[in-house]
Amino acid sequence: MGVNISVDLKDEVARIDLGRRLDATNAPSLQEELQKIIGQKVSKMVFFAQELEYISSAGLRVIIFAKQKIGVDAHLYLISPQEAVLNVMKMSGLDNFMTVQTEFSE
Amino acid sequence: MFRIDLHPTHISDCGQFRLRAGKPLPFGASIVPGGINFSVYSRSATSCQLVLFNKHQPEPFGLVPFKDEFRIGNVFTMVVFDLDYENIEYGFYMDGPFAPKEGQRFDKTKLLMDPYAKAIGGRDIWGIEPNWNDQYQHRSRICLDDFDWEDDRPLEIPIEDLIIYELHVRGFTRHPSSGVKHPGTFAGLREKIPYLKELGINCVELMPIHEFDEFENSRISPITGARLMNYWGYSNVGFFAPKAGYAAAGKYGMQVDECKTLIREFHKNGIEVVLDVVFNHTAEGDERGPYISYRGIDNKTYYLLTPDGYYYNFSGCGNTLNCNNPIVRNMILDCLRYWAADFHIDGFRFDLASILGRDQNGAPMHSPPLLETLAFDPILGKCKLIAEAWDAGGLYQVGSFPAWGRWAEWNGKYRDDLRRFIKGDSGLMGAMAQRLQGSPDLYQWEGRGACASINFITAHDGFTLKDLVSYNEKHNEANGEHNNDGANDNYSWNCGWEGESDDEGINRLRLKRMKNAVTLLLVSQGTPMLLAGDEMANTQWGNNNAYCQDNDISWVDWGLLVSNKELFNFFQKMIALRKAHPVLRNRSHFQNRDYMGSGFADITWHGLKAWNADWSAQSRTLAFMLCGRHAKGGKVEDDFLYMAMNMHWQMHGFELPGLPEDQAWYVAVNTDAQPPQDIWEVGKEVKLKEQNEFLLGERSVAVLIGKKPK
Repeated sequence: MGVNISVDLKDEVARIDLGRRLDATNAPSLQEELQKIIGQKVSKMVFFAQELEYISSAGLRVIIFAKQKIGVDAHLYLISPQEAVLNVMKMSGLDNFMTVQTEFSE
Repeated sequence: MFRIDLHPTHISDCGQFRLRAGKPLPFGASIVPGGINFSVYSRSATSCQLVLFNKHQPEPFGLVPFKDEFRIGNVFTMVVFDLDYENIEYGFYMDGPFAPKEGQRFDKTKLLMDPYAKAIGGRDIWGIEPNWNDQYQHRSRICLDDFDWEDDRPLEIPIEDLIIYELHVRGFTRHPSSGVKHPGTFAGLREKIPYLKELGINCVELMPIHEFDEFENSRISPITGARLMNYWGYSNVGFFAPKAGYAAAGKYGMQVDECKTLIREFHKNGIEVVLDVVFNHTAEGDERGPYISYRGIDNKTYYLLTPDGYYYNFSGCGNTLNCNNPIVRNMILDCLRYWAADFHIDGFRFDLASILGRDQNGAPMHSPPLLETLAFDPILGKCKLIAEAWDAGGLYQVGSFPAWGRWAEWNGKYRDDLRRFIKGDSGLMGAMAQRLQGSPDLYQWEGRGACASINFITAHDGFTLKDLVSYNEKHNEANGEHNNDGANDNYSWNCGWEGESDDEGINRLRLKRMKNAVTLLLVSQGTPMLLAGDEMANTQWGNNNAYCQDNDISWVDWGLLVSNKELFNFFQKMIALRKAHPVLRNRSHFQNRDYMGSGFADITWHGLKAWNADWSAQSRTLAFMLCGRHAKGGKVEDDFLYMAMNMHWQMHGFELPGLPEDQAWYVAVNTDAQPPQDIWEVGKEVKLKEQNEFLLGERSVAVLIGKKPK
């Protein structure tokens, strides 16, 4: 998997560190890791985006894919996205299923 | 499930790329496991090379010939592996004969865009000066076509129930007064959806959103010094790509997602989306124009050519697309199917649609295969098909556009007759009777029904509503063509002063006449279309052809909403009135008889005397009554509706037709009354004290509702 991207599931909370870039080159690996936790109980999926400087169409789609797979009852959070990244999500409309926060606590 | 035909089988000549034979369908560039499938057709090309660029780079990083063993028929196709599809652009070099007299103009030194490109780079941000030395100005890109539509689908609102609102994506929110976060974009337009809902319209007709070059014919205005642009966009670079410069996220290459999100939001709010599509010509111009794509790929196929190989110009823009050529026909069908299926588009309005009915020699056809194909295509089966039923080459087919019961038309006669009526011309009673009824004189003969008629008084072409009542003459000097451009037959009247005025009387009259216009439009049978901004008296200061004005002239000024609350309120309530009365929204024309046994014919005509219209040449007063039992062909029940029109310069009393004993007349609209009595909310109409006569002021209209008292 790409540098700095990690997926960790504990007590039904999946924590995903997005690293610095998420695009077509590393999005498939992230998706593979997310596939592993699907089917297990996930009530919250938390994407840590403080370091994320760039997200592409393909990168956004992995997050959407994650939301689709973990089901309607689970919540998806995006933590501390940089302004540029958040703008891209809002402009393209690919943000309507996630909650944006500056911090995450259980 | 795995496939056995996904692995590379060849290496490119340069040794850099792994390849295999591709699939001809779908045309264009498609992402397949491990690579991209490229497919492009040309009837006469002898060879084709794929040219690969990193985004924005002037020089390519790869040149990959399509191997002849990969070719299927006239289609060049291959899969190229290991490409970073998000960060590359691609094009073609095509070789073939250069023999202009025979219609062949191949030039293997010209970089050609893919006609089926789903996203195009080169004008990523509106108005940023391009690098004119770049040999490849409009660059095909590969985009992800998946999208989470949730449960969205086209709304399929019956056409007779539509209230169409024509708007320009950039101009609608570009003005600083719009208050949106991303002015002039799809994202910005999304922020105005609540406004549109409040207004009450249920369909937007978007002026061209396909990729076009805003710098085409760009020049400095000799009068104002402003940069004139190709602002309206009636000039196609790419049929399958939404304009990057219309997307806030266009600079990130996400225009497709942003556009789809906009449509999904419109649908969530009960608003259909109709696209203005331009298949009559391309941005390549005539033989002096650039090679963007079609000329270099298959000139003879794509364009209508004279016997000498010159370009026929039925569009007025240099070239004419060869729409009834079988190959082009298929491309147009593919394009519309793509927008309908992948973008959930509800309908299309075809610019200069008469060109779509010309044969390969330019002659009009009785039964054009393209139009027939579109009328019967299953994917387009519930799409609205609206034709601007004329072209710039002499064809005028309002009332005679080949329709197969499916095509509707912009009714230019409605526009002209209503404008003349509103300004007080005489001799219009016969014409008005036809226009108010959905123009049976034009559309009844083939059983096309009332909603074959798209009724409008204003559109992007011509004056805004405010200017229609404020100017006698066009004022297009800012366009830099010595005021020679734009229509001369505007049928406008300035109410006594040319242009802006402080005179209260003039401004009152102008306001009243605008109310008259919208009342007549929304009470007419057929489908009404409004021009964005008319509801707030948007002005272009008399410019009736603002195609090149990317500035205050054409941008909607939202500050006007504050100063024109009365007019906005009127529009809003008038739209609600139309929606509340199905008797105004019939699919078929009136039969002029009582077929429901109510004692009243579906429509009857009146004048100052009930049951007696004055059809004489000097008459300027007219009224009609609709019987609510006949609403929607008798399928639903509605109230009686009576409309009185007094275009004379004196007040007149209209004798009211008698209603059944248990019902009474209520006034819903009276454009002569001061607000808030000019229009009443649905259900709150005021019962007339005098039930036998209605006094209507000069140059005014009134709508009465006949119903049972509560």
